[in-house]
Amino acid sequence: MSRPLTAVDLNKIYPLYPAVFKRPLRQRLVRLLIWTGFTGFTIYCLGGLGFFEFNMISAGIKKLSGVIAFMLPPAAHGRLLDFIRAIFETLGMAFLGTLLAFFLALPMGFLGSKNIVGNPVFHFGLRRGFDFVRGIDALIWALVWINVVGLGPFAGILAIGCSVSGELAKLFSEAIENVDHKQIEGVRASGADAVQVMRYAIFPQVFPVILSNTLYYFESNTRSATILGIVGAGGIGLQLADRIRVLAWDQASLIIILILITVYLIDAASNYIRQRFIKAPGSRQFSSNK
Amino acid sequence: MNPNIHQKQQNFEAFSAFLQAEADLKRTKRRQLFIFFALFLFALTGSAYVGEVNINEFVDGLPGFFNYFHETLPKLHAATLASDISDWYWGIDKWLQFLWDTVLIAFLATLFGFIFAFLLCFPSSRNLNKNIRTYFVCRRIMEIARSVPELVYALIFVFSFGIGPFPGVLAIAIHSCGALGKLFSEVNENAELGAAEGVLASGGNWFQMIRYAVVPQVFPNFMSYTLLRFEINVRAASVVGFVGAGGIGQELMTSIRQFIYTDVSAIVLLLVCAVSIIDISCEKLRHRIIGKEFLV
Repeated sequence: MSRPLTAVDLNKIYPLYPAVFKRPLRQRLVRLLIWTGFTGFTIYCLGGLGFFEFNMISAGIKKLSGVIAFMLPPAAHGRLLDFIRAIFETLGMAFLGTLLAFFLALPMGFLGSKNIVGNPVFHFGLRRGFDFVRGIDALIWALVWINVVGLGPFAGILAIGCSVSGELAKLFSEAIENVDHKQIEGVRASGADAVQVMRYAIFPQVFPVILSNTLYYFESNTRSATILGIVGAGGIGLQLADRIRVLAWDQASLIIILILITVYLIDAASNYIRQRFIKAPGSRQFSSNK
Repeated sequence: MNPNIHQKQQNFEAFSAFLQAEADLKRTKRRQLFIFFALFLFALTGSAYVGEVNINEFVDGLPGFFNYFHETLPKLHAATLASDISDWYWGIDKWLQFLWDTVLIAFLATLFGFIFAFLLCFPSSRNLNKNIRTYFVCRRIMEIARSVPELVYALIFVFSFGIGPFPGVLAIAIHSCGALGKLFSEVNENAELGAAEGVLASGGNWFQMIRYAVVPQVFPNFMSYTLLRFEINVRAASVVGFVGAGGIGQELMTSIRQFIYTDVSAIVLLLVCAVSIIDISCEKLRHRIIGKEFLV
């Protein structure tokens, strides 16, 4: 049977569980201090970043609602073919960028793993090198490469290759460090030299991990390739920035929709490939004879 | 029949079956490999064609690339190291100010993203919301918010609100809201609902159930994801400046575009160091909030 609590019940309950209803003074003070500090900091941020400039904000909202009105409905104005070409250019950039990163990262990954090159100073230095390379965003790399090879998708490919190679090298060397030692011992016990150990004991273990990571990065590179064009490195981003520059908002919204569709399709495809063809090392099975 | 011959006969059959299976396996493997390589070559040539890959241009450009790096490196001499470094970092006050702005942009964007993700994540959890319509609407809102890249939002907002950090905060916040909301609702869907039933049985409404039965369980995970998002947002905030949305990116863009070489290396180094420091401290904090084993 349940009935609503009355004041009398509550008065009985309060002294029984003091900690539930009233926290100790010190804890309350600390909480008050943290919340005051947090709120104060937030207000400082809001002020510093222009959230109190109400004129700017109201004018901006007016302009933004105009933009959204112009965006609907999305329209191609006869440029659909250009856009689709640019989408394929983006995919090509992501593919070649990933490939470049893969080939840069493969030797680096082997050199950077503790069980291949034992020297701790070398290991530390190379690992920090990877950290530095991957700490620089693909967009920054793109700006640098544009200065070297000029505007266009080629700069985007090189940018993706550079920024992702650090990331892949780190993942590869971690995968190599985590290999099972029993297989190495087994291959070595049957008289293999260092290269053969690498080929027959280490490589089969790390290859699925490497492949599935690379595929995953292809997916994420497709996303970054879409925006590299905004700074001038080709692909659909270039078209988008261009359409926004001439205020063709309906075409811009069409491009955004195309980007969403592409990213969705690539995600689905790479998920399928990962599950169907690349078995994770844990779930590796021997194929049974039919 | 001689049992020995019978045995041999069986062995032979088993062995030939084995050979047959091995040959089959090899053939399918070879066929798969062939198809894979054909597809790969097709993708490679296609990409090289649409990507306007030009090896000559690249080879011509490569010395330029190394020159570029050489140019960006500061001229440091052991004898005058201190003054060389202070020359290199001549704009340190200004850059630190921009860096601080970048961190503030990331902070506010994470905060707003968190608030909206928190509001949206409960209606978009299958086990907490039986109303299919609100579930669907909230899910779609979050999906759209996270699928469009930050930089695209930033372009649109910079056009509307003008150059400055405000559009950057909005752009990153919208993206974070979608990304965090998805993770939050996944956490909710794994929550233990015994306590929720208890609250409902003792007469609590939906909001009280969320407040007293679900939030205490999921909040540590939420905080951990939010801190992770803050790290990601610091990186994002450093590049939205490229389209005019405030922070250090704007300064970096200027120095790259105007070929002020040593400034480029100075700012990039500053940025990478700041990002690593924030990453490391956030990681420590995350491990304190939630056990180390939860995060890979």
